[in-house]
Amino acid sequence: MRLTRRDALAVLAGLGVTGGAVSLTQFDPPTADSTGEGSGSDGDLGGGGDDDTPPTAVRETMVAAGEVVYPSAVEGIPEFVETYVVGRARDDARRDAMVDAATELDGVARDWENAAFADLPAGDRDRLLRELGVNTADPVPDGTLSERLRFHVVNELLYAFYASPTGGRLVGIENPIGHPGGTESYRRATMDGGETAESGGTADSGGESDG
Amino acid sequence: MDRTPVSDADVCIVGAGPAGGIVAHRLAESGASVVVLEAGPRFDGDRREQLERHIRPGLGGPWEMGGARDAFSSSGESFYPLNAARVKGVGGSTLHWQGMVMRLHERDFELDSRHGVGADWPIGYDDLRPYYAAAEREFGVAGAADNPYAPPRDEPYPLPAFRPSHSDSIFAEACERLGIDMHSVGNARNSEPYDGRSPCVGYGTCKPVCPSGAKYTAESHVEEAEAAGARVIDRARVRRLEHDAAGERVVAAAYTTPDGETHRQAATQFVLACGGVENVRLLLLSDSDRYPDGLANSSGAVGRYFMDHLFAGAGGRLDRPTRQNHVGFNTSECHQFYDDADPVNGLKLEFLNYAGPSPVIDALHADTWGDDLRDQLDESYGTHVSMGALVEQLPREDNYVGLDPETTDDLGDPVPEIHWSVDEQTEAALSRANEIQTRVLDELGVEDRWSVGPDETGPAYHHMGTTRMGDDPESSVVDAECRAHDLDNLWISGSSVFPTGGAMNPTLTIAALSVRLAESLRATLG
Repeated sequence: MRLTRRDALAVLAGLGVTGGAVSLTQFDPPTADSTGEGSGSDGDLGGGGDDDTPPTAVRETMVAAGEVVYPSAVEGIPEFVETYVVGRARDDARRDAMVDAATELDGVARDWENAAFADLPAGDRDRLLRELGVNTADPVPDGTLSERLRFHVVNELLYAFYASPTGGRLVGIENPIGHPGGTESYRRATMDGGETAESGGTADSGGESDG
Repeated sequence: MDRTPVSDADVCIVGAGPAGGIVAHRLAESGASVVVLEAGPRFDGDRREQLERHIRPGLGGPWEMGGARDAFSSSGESFYPLNAARVKGVGGSTLHWQGMVMRLHERDFELDSRHGVGADWPIGYDDLRPYYAAAEREFGVAGAADNPYAPPRDEPYPLPAFRPSHSDSIFAEACERLGIDMHSVGNARNSEPYDGRSPCVGYGTCKPVCPSGAKYTAESHVEEAEAAGARVIDRARVRRLEHDAAGERVVAAAYTTPDGETHRQAATQFVLACGGVENVRLLLLSDSDRYPDGLANSSGAVGRYFMDHLFAGAGGRLDRPTRQNHVGFNTSECHQFYDDADPVNGLKLEFLNYAGPSPVIDALHADTWGDDLRDQLDESYGTHVSMGALVEQLPREDNYVGLDPETTDDLGDPVPEIHWSVDEQTEAALSRANEIQTRVLDELGVEDRWSVGPDETGPAYHHMGTTRMGDDPESSVVDAECRAHDLDNLWISGSSVFPTGGAMNPTLTIAALSVRLAESLRATLG
């Protein structure tokens, strides 16, 4: 399964991150199959020389964390994470906290493992996060290191993935909550279409009196 | 922001939820000078901030409830989670409501006469019928005329109903074999663009937040009221109503603003519209030598007969995809058993479109990641089904809202005390709901079953009955027009005036009564 920039843009649109060259039309009637590419949008979130853009090292750390917290069969993680992180950084407070958390994670890796977090083998990255207790920590934006890593790194990445149609599909739902995927998918029998519900409340006689 | 009082106000409304917003809009539009005092803030800006607060742990609740301002006590047999059950802010509890709307049945207005239980309303369904139609237009209700058990109506719904879900179609097979009728359900949620608001786009988070604006909130009416000239003052906490020397009229509402200043808003007419708990609290806090038991309380009924609807549920898993959690609202219900007499408590059945966990929310709470997490989510999502039910609770004097003099809020005022329990008759009705649900789940072959019945039930967050309506001033707080028996210019809008609550979600009835109240109040202004 391959993630794309469009998947990241879909999640960002659900969070209201638009602007610049991005004009995601999240309030136009969408479908669960649409992945956030709005009409007239080239999906450009910038990221080259933009003052809001997190430093390269931070983006690399987030990508490296993504490679650990996402399922192994997922491809296209660097492009997906970079797009999401750059978009998320449009919120100043969120950017600063994310940059701080990722920088701290990288610092811990350098202290304990004598290498940048992004340069560690995936297994060592996974072990380091677990040794820090990030897997069981409560996500707290201004909490302890483990809590902040859980909120600003791990949960940021998990939200991006499982609130996207592509990430949702991996576990059976192409229109996950948080994604404005329209009002057709709930009627389908399968992710790929299948028969559309016609029974239950009949709901086909709107506008008539029942009196 | 200027939070000083309005001079020469005709009407002062306390509370900017649907009960206050609709009255404010109607009166302002008719030319009255209206001021609305709202204890909570305006939640301006992008609603997707609240969306993220809802989905992501660690950000706090989306509507900022539960601080020192909102302290309360729960003293009954059953704990009442009050701050999960309401929102203070412009829009009131419609900010977090689910948006299910249906009319009460005819029998709900005549429960004592028909069955010898509860109380009769001083008005009947026919009295409210045109106001129900008006309320449906106010909300933009999406509905269909396919419910054979609904009370009579003359006009179409403003919007077409949402189509049934795939999950509904699964239930339909079993219900058909059992002779249980499914039908659509009214939604205060746009199935098409309406009133300048978006159609539903499927965020799936209706309760507690609709980022697209498809779900009705009372912000719509507040905005329209302001456009018609009303002044709305947020973060204005009304702490006391003051009356004249004769005790016949309210003359001012005393309120405190965030800067600590206390102001007096004078007006010709006053409308209480701050919910079934805070309406009571304000009346009790407004005691005086003339009214030592609280304002408008010569009957002793203020705060008594607190009712909520009770939830009964059952569910489990099937061996096939059930397609849950795409949307956050229901598309089918069953009102077939609502008017049954054994037990007499009303009940309605719901077929849920959000059974079981949402993968993204599960992921954010999981203690692992990577392939382990994917495997967990793959197992936990996809095959759940569940049915819900709302069950009527009859009015009982010993279920009440009072004041807890031992506990004060951050302004030093006693907090509301909720004294609430679930009686045996209501428990019998919950069991009855479970029995029907079990029949359906048995027919479907549902496994890994669970249920919520008399031992596990909880409230549906509908606060009713605490300033009951009636013809007799000895036993009720307001008359059939929702005007206090004791004070000529005090009106109460909202579900606190319901003598009985039926088992239908109450907000459509709140809106219908609000439209009717506005009409009556307008006539007094000349």
